[in-house]
Amino acid sequence: MVAERGRLAENIVIFARSLRVAGLKIGPAAVADAVAAVAAGGLSRREDFFWILHSSFVRRREDSAVFREAFELFWRHRGLLQGLTGMTAAVPEIEPSAEEFARSQKPRRRVADAFAAEARGQQQKIETEYDMRETQSADEVLRTKDFAEMTAAEIDEARKAVARLVLPDDRVRKRRHMAAAKGRRIDMRATMRGAPGAGGAMRLKWQAPRVEAPPLVAILDISGSMSDYSRMMLHFLHALSQRREVHTFLFGTRFSNVTRALSRKDVDAALAACAAQVPDWSGGTRIASALHTFNRYWSRRVLGRGAVVLLVTDGLERDETAHLGFEMDRLGRSCRRLIWLNPLLRYDGFEARAAGIKAMLPHVDDFRTVHNLAAITDICRALAGDAPASAAA
Amino acid sequence: MASIPASIDEASALLADHGYIADRSLATVLFLSLRLQRPLFLEGEAGVGKTEIAKVLAEGLGRRLIRLQCYEGLDVSSALYEWNYAAQMIEIRLAEASGIDDRDRLSDDVFAEKFLIRRPLLEALSPDERGAPILLIDELDRTDAAFEAFLLEVLSDFQVTIPEIGVVKASEPPIVVITSNRTREVHDALKRRCLYHWLDYPDAEREQAILKSRQPGIPETLTRAIVSFVQALRQEDLFKAPGIAETLDWAAALSELDAVTLEPSLVADTLGVLLKYQDDIVRMSEGETARILQGIGGQKRKA
Repeated sequence: MVAERGRLAENIVIFARSLRVAGLKIGPAAVADAVAAVAAGGLSRREDFFWILHSSFVRRREDSAVFREAFELFWRHRGLLQGLTGMTAAVPEIEPSAEEFARSQKPRRRVADAFAAEARGQQQKIETEYDMRETQSADEVLRTKDFAEMTAAEIDEARKAVARLVLPDDRVRKRRHMAAAKGRRIDMRATMRGAPGAGGAMRLKWQAPRVEAPPLVAILDISGSMSDYSRMMLHFLHALSQRREVHTFLFGTRFSNVTRALSRKDVDAALAACAAQVPDWSGGTRIASALHTFNRYWSRRVLGRGAVVLLVTDGLERDETAHLGFEMDRLGRSCRRLIWLNPLLRYDGFEARAAGIKAMLPHVDDFRTVHNLAAITDICRALAGDAPASAAA
Repeated sequence: MASIPASIDEASALLADHGYIADRSLATVLFLSLRLQRPLFLEGEAGVGKTEIAKVLAEGLGRRLIRLQCYEGLDVSSALYEWNYAAQMIEIRLAEASGIDDRDRLSDDVFAEKFLIRRPLLEALSPDERGAPILLIDELDRTDAAFEAFLLEVLSDFQVTIPEIGVVKASEPPIVVITSNRTREVHDALKRRCLYHWLDYPDAEREQAILKSRQPGIPETLTRAIVSFVQALRQEDLFKAPGIAETLDWAAALSELDAVTLEPSLVADTLGVLLKYQDDIVRMSEGETARILQGIGGQKRKA
């Protein structure tokens, strides 16, 4: 019995490691908790076992679906579930509700990847591809893409890239004040509140202006020529939107606002919602008319409060270059900072020869590339207001 | 003192009596807001008469209008209450001089009601002999999300908490009108507590009626021409289409210039009253305005 329990503890540790690969945040303390909880709760019923582990490992609602998937895969594989079923006569099946089931479909790929990695052995590192072009799968060719099917390795890479992001100076001072030890303004309210307690003695309390990251507005080109990059950018924006206010717009031949879709916590669900909302993946592009739509209908709604605009496009506009210059000018003057991210910039000796690029270039504050993760890190530097990196770095 | 309208028609008439020509949808939502005692959340382009509703309502119902203009950095001390620190300090000095060393009593003395400076929100929750006041929270989109969150308590329970005094609750909830120019999205949690209405540009008929009631001195033909021109202008591809406020300004300007008919040159000279962006003014060059004027003339002949 003791040996069996030891084996179970070991399995829980491996299970936790797999969950971690699948994207759950699990520390060693949670694993210890889980082992203790299973010891306390017993193994008599499969459902109990599920919820005991659930209580120890799942800390956020959106992780629940991933956990459920992982639980089924892992413990069925080890024959434990059948064993448990044999032990009790009537075991209630854990039937996920329709909604939960729909959500659980997306984590499947991630979970499956996590277990594949575990099967290959713990020493084997997940290979990471730095050029996004090479991590594209075959179904990318489809016109209506399923973004949700991103592999765990890619997600992991994106997360790591985002975790590395430091946005040190991208802060603007707000008019609102907050308590601060070394402020400039006396906080009379706090000072007076403290006075009676101190027998009437005034001990000055201070205030300083609050600093905040300004909102970020991303306008993404999702036409055919940009298809390799838009997915990664969406991942990047999703991660970014967890920390600050981000408005995301996509355009090909049409213009859509996907901010709400992207605001879902689970990245798979968010990208699936985006894919469902946008009809024109990998089609043609009309940059001038897209910018016109943005300027006319959205700029006043999202560009207040010192917003920074990230415009992601290759600038390959076939016609309407005269309009393009006009709309870019308008956009550039409506925001605090306009950063143009162009994947073409990665080619050595890139020159702004296309008429569209020439028309757009004079109006941007910063011009960067987005072809790989290193470049995404570069964007963060751009946001922080550093000087542009040398072209095609 | 006028009473709260008992029907949609009465609500509509109440507004019309004070020079606000509302369409049926607005009258309906206003009636419901008064009846259900729910805040009215008005969103729309600048200059379509959002703020005006609150003013007209205050006038029509004979209530006091309390206005809270929102801006970035608006905080509790300018929206809700503030203590009169100078007077409080004197109180503390006096207490020291007279040798009071009871801390609880000192605290009670210092945070007494007489040292409280009431700001608009607290003012709106206080009883008024003319009935519950109209609280206008203007341009809510200009302030930040933190202030919106603070408003939730005020708008759902009509009460606020002052740490030194306790909970202040309105005996009769104020009539709340919130406006937003939609320079950002206001959070759903706040909208959920309100009745929402999108205030659009008026149609030609209603705009004419508004112009007539606000600028009665202008000849009928000119009024019609002004309204047709502005309506046509809104169809053009402009960065900022003119609102009703601009129409009224323009009518006043034209009447000052003793205009009888709309001439292309006169329109070009006064276009700055209607359009506030250089791009738009350039786009509406003299040729363009002449084209629109011709279009209006053609319509009239057909009609």
